[in-house]
Amino acid sequence: MVTVDTDTRSAVVASASARTSRRAPRRRPKPQAAGTVSTVAINVALLVAAVYFLLPLVWVLIAATKSPADLFGTFGLWFSDTPRAWENLVALFTQDGGSFTRWVLNSVLYSGVGAFVAMVISAACGYAIAKFPFRGRELLFSVILGGVLVPATVIALPLYFLLNTFGLTGTYWAVLLPSMVSPFGVYLARIHANASVPDEVIEAARLDGAGDLRIFASMASRMMMPALVTIFLFQFVTIWNNYLLPLVMLNDTSTFPVTLGLTLWNGQTQRDPMFYSLVVTGSAVSALLLVALMTGLQRFWRADLTAGATKG
Amino acid sequence: MTSAVLTRPRRRLPGAVWVLILPFAIMFVAFFVAPIVYALVQSMFTTRSSGLGYGAPETTFVFVDNYARALSDPSFVESLGRLVSFSAILVPLMVVTALGLALLLDSGRALAPRFFRVVFFSPYGVPGVVATLLWGFLYVPATSPVLQLLSSAGIAFNPLSSGNVLFSIANIALWGFAGYNMVILMAALNAIPSELYEAARVDGASGWSTIWHIKLPLVRPSIILVTVFTIIGTLQLFVEPLVLRPLTTAISSTYTPNLAAYNQAFAQGNPNLAAAMAVIVALLGFAFSFGFLRLVNRKGSRAW
Repeated sequence: MVTVDTDTRSAVVASASARTSRRAPRRRPKPQAAGTVSTVAINVALLVAAVYFLLPLVWVLIAATKSPADLFGTFGLWFSDTPRAWENLVALFTQDGGSFTRWVLNSVLYSGVGAFVAMVISAACGYAIAKFPFRGRELLFSVILGGVLVPATVIALPLYFLLNTFGLTGTYWAVLLPSMVSPFGVYLARIHANASVPDEVIEAARLDGAGDLRIFASMASRMMMPALVTIFLFQFVTIWNNYLLPLVMLNDTSTFPVTLGLTLWNGQTQRDPMFYSLVVTGSAVSALLLVALMTGLQRFWRADLTAGATKG
Repeated sequence: MTSAVLTRPRRRLPGAVWVLILPFAIMFVAFFVAPIVYALVQSMFTTRSSGLGYGAPETTFVFVDNYARALSDPSFVESLGRLVSFSAILVPLMVVTALGLALLLDSGRALAPRFFRVVFFSPYGVPGVVATLLWGFLYVPATSPVLQLLSSAGIAFNPLSSGNVLFSIANIALWGFAGYNMVILMAALNAIPSELYEAARVDGASGWSTIWHIKLPLVRPSIILVTVFTIIGTLQLFVEPLVLRPLTTAISSTYTPNLAAYNQAFAQGNPNLAAAMAVIVALLGFAFSFGFLRLVNRKGSRAW
């Protein structure tokens, strides 16, 4: 009977978060002469699933080329006779003096800065927990892990009232600061510091007279780079997709991220059907932005995270 | 997760440790622990403005009154029940779909595994709000090609009727996260040593028994991880009903506990009751997560 040892387990959990879009190199030979019937069945099932996952995206890309009238008057999965993709895009980026551009830039700011700081501080903390046997270490780690289990919605409401007493609500800080905390990042960083930073290397650097901070900043962080990239991307997507926190914290539309801006417009479709086109085109653009970012960065989502963890 | 440095006692702890830990620790306390503590405290007080409206509002300690009030409100209890049904629908659906897709791609017989993986994973990059807006259009007959095709085939289906809407919301969550969970499970499947497959083949194991006796037991920790994350995710149910609400009468302003808490805090101006509601949701989350972990760890084979 096969048992799962601790290292494989942490590898599995770590790879979980790695969201490696690329396959680890496989030594496994392909299954022997598979029945043609089951090969066909497998691929048909995969195709059906692909249609399901692509349906809303294909729909929105087509809908983004239509006028509000055609949106409701023509078949959703085919183009109308009078495509107006360019007009829709121009309208999207010029409406309300370029609000949409502003919202996209805000989203980039929240996600980029928030994820970068989250990456740095959780990597430092995870590394320290992995490599220094200080008192209360396991307790600290358990508390941080408990943080992963708390639903974000539970935090957002009390956080509003808390930040309100400091006059921070309504500012960029109200969304940026809470976004910099990623308990999951600490968890990942600890696992990968254990797996990819050999103690011998740290000892050797110490003997050479390097301080612990310098060892972390110039050596360990480089060895942990795949994990750092993963933490950054994970937190970037989390912040980009977050809705409740900005909804609760912000009231000035010039500070909105793109998610909040789109629902603002969505609320005005009753008043002016033109907003349907704006919402649809805006959804298409913002969906494409992140899907493109993720596909483009695929090669940085290192599959060897898994391999590194197993060596632990 | 043991490391040689840990087991070797060190003479003194370098001050660098604190420089490494404190930035995260401070942020964690300020933006994670403090709000929870604040919610716990707030939930045990009530604020009343004095009778004539002038003078400072009075804050009194009422201990569990807010909890009693929340739990005696039929619409809130109903929303809790709805959340449990939602979990019961989504969690099995999510785990089975993600596992099914992962096993299909892992079978080695997919014609274009890279293409399929990218397609399945891409909805993860679509914000929940945008996903809900998109599916909202697909749930309304005027804009939905699917409903139009169904109705031309003589099938009348309303995804937003009160009987269907919970499933329609589950569908949005499934669409968004099934590919993500699939990637988690695929990474676990990839980590299985190839020797095991060779041994299985020597023993004459079929495809199904390889799945049943090798793949599933070995990815069990990842299945548990996916399940717990999905449970926690379902408890956050907020955005989807909020965005779908204008499209249907089947979604009330207190449809989920989070919506109810949000309403209490901002529309009704009762942050104390909202805090109690938020704490109840968190407790429900812990109960579910730990209950599930206890259940799967009971049979001697501890996974975590």
